[in-house]
Amino acid sequence: MISNHTPDGPVRTAVRPGGAGPDTPAGGGNPGAWLRSRNVGVLREVALMPVLVLLIVVGTLVSPAFLTVSNFAGIGQQSSALGVVVVGESLILLIGGMDLSLESTFGLAPMVAAWLIVPVAAYGNGANLSPYLGIVVLLAVGAVVGLLNGLLIVKGRLNGFIVTLGMTIVLAGLQNGIVKAQSLFNLPEPFSYLGAASISQVPVSLIVAVVIFVLVGLFLRYHRTGRAIYAVGGNPAAARAAGIKVERVKIGAYVAGSILAAIGGLMESGRVSAVTGQQGYQEGIIFSVFAAAVIGGVSLKGGRGNMVGAASGVILLGIVQDILDLAQVSNYWIEAIDGAVILFALFLARIVGGESTAEER
Amino acid sequence: MTSSSGPALVEVAGVEKRFGTTRALRGVDLSLRSGQCLGLVGRNGAGKSTLVSILSGLAEPDAGTVRFDGQPAPRVGDIEGWREWIATVFQHSMIVPDLSVAENVFLGNTPRLLSWHHMRRRTRAVMREWGLSIAPETPCSDLSVEQRQVVEIVRALVRGARCVILDEPTAALERRAAQRLFERVRQLTDGGVAVLYISHHLEEVFEICQDVVVLRDGEVVATAPTAGLSRDDLVAVMVGDVEQATAAHAPPPAPAGPAPATGAPAREDGAPREEVLLAVDGLASHAARGRLSGVSLRVHAGEVVGVTGLLSAGVATLGRAIAGAEGYAAGQVRLHGRPVPPGRRDVAQHAGIGYVPEDRRAEGFVAHLGVAENVTMAITGQLSGRFGVLRPGRRAAAAAPLTSRLSLVSSGPGQPASELSGGNQQKVTVARTLAHRPSLIVAITPTRGVDVASKELLLGSLADVADFGEAGVLLCSDELSDLEICDRVIVLVRGEVFTEFSRPPFDRDELIVATEGLTGTTISAAYGSTKNGSTEHGGAEEAAE
Repeated sequence: MISNHTPDGPVRTAVRPGGAGPDTPAGGGNPGAWLRSRNVGVLREVALMPVLVLLIVVGTLVSPAFLTVSNFAGIGQQSSALGVVVVGESLILLIGGMDLSLESTFGLAPMVAAWLIVPVAAYGNGANLSPYLGIVVLLAVGAVVGLLNGLLIVKGRLNGFIVTLGMTIVLAGLQNGIVKAQSLFNLPEPFSYLGAASISQVPVSLIVAVVIFVLVGLFLRYHRTGRAIYAVGGNPAAARAAGIKVERVKIGAYVAGSILAAIGGLMESGRVSAVTGQQGYQEGIIFSVFAAAVIGGVSLKGGRGNMVGAASGVILLGIVQDILDLAQVSNYWIEAIDGAVILFALFLARIVGGESTAEER
Repeated sequence: MTSSSGPALVEVAGVEKRFGTTRALRGVDLSLRSGQCLGLVGRNGAGKSTLVSILSGLAEPDAGTVRFDGQPAPRVGDIEGWREWIATVFQHSMIVPDLSVAENVFLGNTPRLLSWHHMRRRTRAVMREWGLSIAPETPCSDLSVEQRQVVEIVRALVRGARCVILDEPTAALERRAAQRLFERVRQLTDGGVAVLYISHHLEEVFEICQDVVVLRDGEVVATAPTAGLSRDDLVAVMVGDVEQATAAHAPPPAPAGPAPATGAPAREDGAPREEVLLAVDGLASHAARGRLSGVSLRVHAGEVVGVTGLLSAGVATLGRAIAGAEGYAAGQVRLHGRPVPPGRRDVAQHAGIGYVPEDRRAEGFVAHLGVAENVTMAITGQLSGRFGVLRPGRRAAAAAPLTSRLSLVSSGPGQPASELSGGNQQKVTVARTLAHRPSLIVAITPTRGVDVASKELLLGSLADVADFGEAGVLLCSDELSDLEICDRVIVLVRGEVFTEFSRPPFDRDELIVATEGLTGTTISAAYGSTKNGSTEHGGAEEAAE
């Protein structure tokens, strides 16, 4: 008869759950492993293509106005602001973080800039800043908010969800506070150019958004910092062990994300020729931002996703919105239908995208 | 099959399993009778884990059958049904740390309305029946690895499972705890339970298994009673012909433990080189995994210094602190005479300290990134162009010499590291360290969970770095067989330097005695006399009981 010798004190302190040398299932225990091999990787990146094609067919059936250049230019202009924010959120998601406050930065940054630009009579603060300096201020507001979030979350080791949720409300409060809940109109041309102008039917905002998607996509794929972002998001401990400056990469992602949100805000203000108190937080754009990223296969757990996916997520949402508009869905119902369509798109993306878009069981 | 005295409790016939193009299992036959302890051995990637997941009802074989006591096995996914027959204690603990022992024992097996009283009573009863004693109310976060294993075994027994699979159960256990585990296994088999025992430590298989099955490339290549086998025979069968041929002109085929690495004799002629590479002074740490109180040591260029001790002695803490992977309370680490700040892995790496972490899953690689990208992760700065642009082709080219040097088997530079076998993953981790040409490598148990042939390769590559690369190596390991490549071995006991063995060869028994904090040749002689032929840890431990 043996008795269970309980180990002496020091033994227990040495224990770390799962600290033992592991041995993975032979040959990769994942039956879908071949899916990730390189030759089908390209296919997976355009996984949403069938869904997009389906939507275009539906749109064509709904309205003859759908399949026209001007309609698509409109979709592009409407989606580009959202798209730029999605790029920012994707960067933050890729490092394994999340930022809800991008929607408030989207409103606050152009509000602060416009407030400094427009005259007192139009509820400005009287600084009468040049619009170009205003854009610098806008970018600075984004950078400061991102840095603040990054420092609180990374250095202060606070929970990212609650920090950025709190930040969302603070920033939205500031947005209304500085102008006493007024909307600022009559923005000078250089300030609204990005959102309003078109070069022969192609909106400038669309061109800029596409450029941002391409540059960030190439950066993520071919730049060492971009690769570090995947490493940090995939396994921060391993990235640290390999000498990557994990904290710097994370904070950098928060800063970049917020700057992109500010640029998105600039596009939106230009498009509607005003900065309203509603822009961002009260419109609740963060849901669309997350939906586009997740539909596009960017993992909420970090380390997975790319710009091709994120872009297709944005395009998908834009087309859905457009079809709802063209179908003249009653205003009372548009939100319910919009939400339901997004949930359905998420489901379709999961089916088509395979394991990469699946949540862990 | 072996001569069976009882009916086969578990009967596996012609089981096949494919993953994509890989045939993980090819027609595996295996039978396990009541009261038998059957060893299952094979190199990393031989198919052991796949077989375990099929036997546990987690994966479905593509062909073949599994029968329990003559009846067909429950369908895959009917976990409840499988658990009545067979229970697996995995390498990775399946314990929920926040729940109590009783809750963990009944995990997934609770009635809709649960009675705490009943659960605790049943747990206590089963524990008593099998001579175990852990209070059912204890939160599992308070338990040691050993005790957690006991809880997992009890979980199996409560459901009446008559077959238990132990998958690398001693990987995280100290020698003494492993010895206690063996006693429990013997008790289980005496009580009629069948045990399938999987281990890389062949000595353990010889110690507690009556029979052994050898898997190689998904095939059963041998089934034999352990009594008539020698360790060499078993290694030869595991490794197979191809490896034997390469082993003939590389390191010798390891009669007992890894042979002294290729360059070891070359170092013996000259005294250790004078230049102090690493100077550690008065290092103290309150780390939970093992405290340090004032450890000082020196590593010279071209020298391999081993640090060993029990799990709680602070061996891993020391390695992690020096590598900058964790901070420390007091003391100083200097490399080339320049201080290295605590807890800054990036700075330490820049200064020239390479780090092979203890837990490769946690720190060794990024699972879904490719092999080449993982291997070159520490040298992206050197590989990238003026604007930080990193071409995948350059990455693959930089990784290729390292992967071939370590015989890393993968389907290509882009294959995700998660798809590799454990041994190959460890090679990724070591290659990542070698890539940035560190002047000091801190390796913490680099051969844990790695098969015999890979073990020699990994240790040989570390020894080579010291011999030809003039780098120092600090090998922090509680696997005594790792220490054969060392020029010196420092033994830690309770976070302090206890003693140092300054000349190879190191006597295994003396090392074991020293890690227990005992000194004197008389004790070691006493150990030696009762030692019963088992070479790995174990034999000497019985004397200590």
